[in-house]
Amino acid sequence: MQGPLQPLAGSMADQTTAASDATPAVELVGISKAFPGVQANDDVSLTLRRGEIHCLLGENGAGKSTLMGILAGMQQPDSGTIRVAGEGVVIESPRTALELGIGTVYQHSTLVGALSVVENLLLGESRAVRLDVLGATRRLTEFSTMLGVDIDPSVRARDLALGRQQQVEIIKALWRGSRVLILDEPTSMLTPQAVAELQVVLERLKQAGLAVVFISHKLHEAVALGDRISVLRHGRLTGSIDHERVRSSTPEELEREIVRLMFGEGAGGEAEEPELHVAATGHQPAHKVPDAVVALELIGASARGEGSQPGIIDMSLKLHIGEVLGVAGVDGNGQRALAEVISGQRRLTHGEIRFLGAPIGSTNVGQRERLGLRYVTDDRLGEGIVAGLPVAINLVLKRIGRRPYWRHGRVQRERIDQDAGGLVERFDIRTPSVDARAGTLSGGNIQKLVLARELSGDAKVVVFHKPTYGLDLRTTRAVRRMIAELRDGRAALLISTDLDELLEVADRIAVLSRGRIVGVVENGPGVAEQIGRMMISDVTLGLEAA
Amino acid sequence: MPAHPSDVVEVAPPPTGEPPAPARRSRRTMAVLDTVIRSLVPVILALVAGGLLLWVLGYNPITFYRSIWQDGVQQGSWQDSAMVGAPLLLIAVGLIMIFRANIWNLGYDGQYLLGAVVITGLAPHLGGMPTLLFWITLFAVAMAVAAAWTIVPALLKAYYETNEIITTLMMSFIGVGLANILVKGPFQDPTVNIPQTRVIPLDRMLPTIPGTRVHVGVIIALLAAVVAWYVLSRTAFGLRLHVLGANPRAASHVGVDVKRLIINSFLVSGALIGCAAAVDILGVWGYVRANWNPAYGSTVIPFVFLARLNPLGVIPFIAFFSVLTSGGDLAAANANIPSDFLLVLVALILLFMTVIEYLGRRREMGGSYLTPGLRRGFRQPLKPRRRAAEKAGA
Repeated sequence: MQGPLQPLAGSMADQTTAASDATPAVELVGISKAFPGVQANDDVSLTLRRGEIHCLLGENGAGKSTLMGILAGMQQPDSGTIRVAGEGVVIESPRTALELGIGTVYQHSTLVGALSVVENLLLGESRAVRLDVLGATRRLTEFSTMLGVDIDPSVRARDLALGRQQQVEIIKALWRGSRVLILDEPTSMLTPQAVAELQVVLERLKQAGLAVVFISHKLHEAVALGDRISVLRHGRLTGSIDHERVRSSTPEELEREIVRLMFGEGAGGEAEEPELHVAATGHQPAHKVPDAVVALELIGASARGEGSQPGIIDMSLKLHIGEVLGVAGVDGNGQRALAEVISGQRRLTHGEIRFLGAPIGSTNVGQRERLGLRYVTDDRLGEGIVAGLPVAINLVLKRIGRRPYWRHGRVQRERIDQDAGGLVERFDIRTPSVDARAGTLSGGNIQKLVLARELSGDAKVVVFHKPTYGLDLRTTRAVRRMIAELRDGRAALLISTDLDELLEVADRIAVLSRGRIVGVVENGPGVAEQIGRMMISDVTLGLEAA
Repeated sequence: MPAHPSDVVEVAPPPTGEPPAPARRSRRTMAVLDTVIRSLVPVILALVAGGLLLWVLGYNPITFYRSIWQDGVQQGSWQDSAMVGAPLLLIAVGLIMIFRANIWNLGYDGQYLLGAVVITGLAPHLGGMPTLLFWITLFAVAMAVAAAWTIVPALLKAYYETNEIITTLMMSFIGVGLANILVKGPFQDPTVNIPQTRVIPLDRMLPTIPGTRVHVGVIIALLAAVVAWYVLSRTAFGLRLHVLGANPRAASHVGVDVKRLIINSFLVSGALIGCAAAVDILGVWGYVRANWNPAYGSTVIPFVFLARLNPLGVIPFIAFFSVLTSGGDLAAANANIPSDFLLVLVALILLFMTVIEYLGRRREMGGSYLTPGLRRGFRQPLKPRRRAAEKAGA
């Protein structure tokens, strides 16, 4: 791996020799940071070494993002010191962080979709008057070779699959000579193949002598990738597992240890199951519903997608009462159009949609909500909540103007708060009060808020769109349990890109590819391969074409 | 823009019997205090800076400010200020209603003038009408005309997502021009040579509040502010506006009829601006001269944001500005300062408002009131700026 390091000759090659140097790349000492009502970081110390992947684990809201935000210059710590290469520094802004050689790859893409890969990389070079496209292309090729990836420099960023986009983001972070790389939940948006590619890239970065921070809440990733694992809980560092321990322990031992650190003593037994056994067990016995009542039916339904995204094309689908129907597929194959057509946010261009036998194609979101047709959106921050409004108001957002929360046109705040209090308790939403702005909650709690709104009242059929995306273990498990509970005379449509999730929860699984249902299978042993084949047979033509 | 409409959170009184009541109350007190500070500090800073400016120019700021106070408030001159403020307040409320939805109705001039011109043109033809009915008719007509002038931008926005800033401005130009054509053409008073409408007879103007010179339009304006506050903070319509303003995607997700809401908010905004025209014409002017354009809307916008889009909160700012104008013109003349200086004061308020808003936002985000650059500047005032970065590069 020493060969392809030329592009980084100035910065990284030096570091390779320096990797033996005992001075850590970055030291965080006693970092504390409080937000109103929350101690996000409490006296956290962390050491990042060259040539090591340091996994930072913790549930949502444990303080991982805050800690890395401090290192990336997004936030200022209340106390504590940061040392880079042994020298105390104050990281005042993201720019300072970059100048110190700390690059960050965020969970969500920061690329400009309309620009080409090279143009995106050149964006940061504000000092240049003329853009050296040729030089940049050459440099990109060198980076690509080094990381073992294959990126077309002239393709527009928005046309790249998410995994490729992330590779560009990594190169963008390295572009200005970063020696420390922070990856914030890098696997959460990726397909399994892309995750595998990412692993290779990380391995090469490590060999190149970079210090890599890998933020995650998936423990199997930490076990597979981490040279050193640190666990945060409620803002405190509950433990670090060092290099030697990681090497000498078996994966099972490590997982048990991490679970203990993440959830506290005594949690070891229960918390590990969802992730560790899902793939193996496949699924509980499917409820056979041959002649059950059809709860929701699409008949030859078509709808437009947004932009380059496919809509749905001539889709027919039946969801029975007492059933969880999964919809598998790589993201961006019409999932959103399908969900929105059912929720009423998107009009059908052709075909029909029926709810308990009655056509509902001409009804709007509010009417469907009243019928008991609910939609848990995948975009909880973008459309699921209004961040600036209190939790209590967010819980009644789909019932604005209706009794008992509005009477004679006047809002009944006491009633709203009272019911919100009940829901907060029932769905275990961690919030300082029902008056707190919804935007101040952590991701998992925002999802619980959305679930509380959609599942309360008289929910009959619930559409879930990537319901556990970005959630921690515990919340994921709770959400999946809620979905399974709908078998008691209600029904759920679970649209997910996480095949393990579908195998765990769904009775039948439909496979979605480029806006069409390419097959429906009963859940059971061996279906994973079957689904995988269906997904890939068609997808290879489309998204992953690079 | 300094204050985004979505920042405004109207909170209902705390429900009784909730356990964390004291904590909640103190949080609320802090929030109110924060609002007061953020609103008043820019005004005070503007007065101080304006005073310094006057002092540098060789005038005595204290005399000038005192003279404004005397001519704007004392010895009954507050009554003139109140009448100056009435149309301003109505327009402010009209703008708040639509800014809450994060929609920019900048066509206020056209809407106002068309409303004003149409009713002054109509008034002579309603000679036989009982006076009360006459007023009601003219109010209704002014509101309808101004609201109608928002329909084109409203439909374009609702159905084609056309940028309403451009369409309302364009419609405003057309409206102002059309109003002038009407004054010089069909509504021209034939008995005079100057292009102006006929004058509404004094006995048909709005009555005054007993014991004062102040016409009842002031009460209408205050009432409108209270009603608007209630609508925004207590009704479903108010919440829908807020949701639309804060997160339009969430609005359609939760089932708000976004198209209808956009159109309705335009109509309400236009109607209130038309109401301002009726109050102003029937309360003060009685006629419209050609090329007359008070441009109330642009005056009012800074205060709308200073008040954080709160219809009650805007009242003191309008009062402040009204005193400044009604007292300031005279004071400026007395002190031999160009009356344009009053606009300098308003501009200074805007400037400081932006600064305070930025600093307040920083603090909300968990930082301190000081920016890193400023803090460094305080700590090491003489060291060059790039030093930290260079050190890092080394």
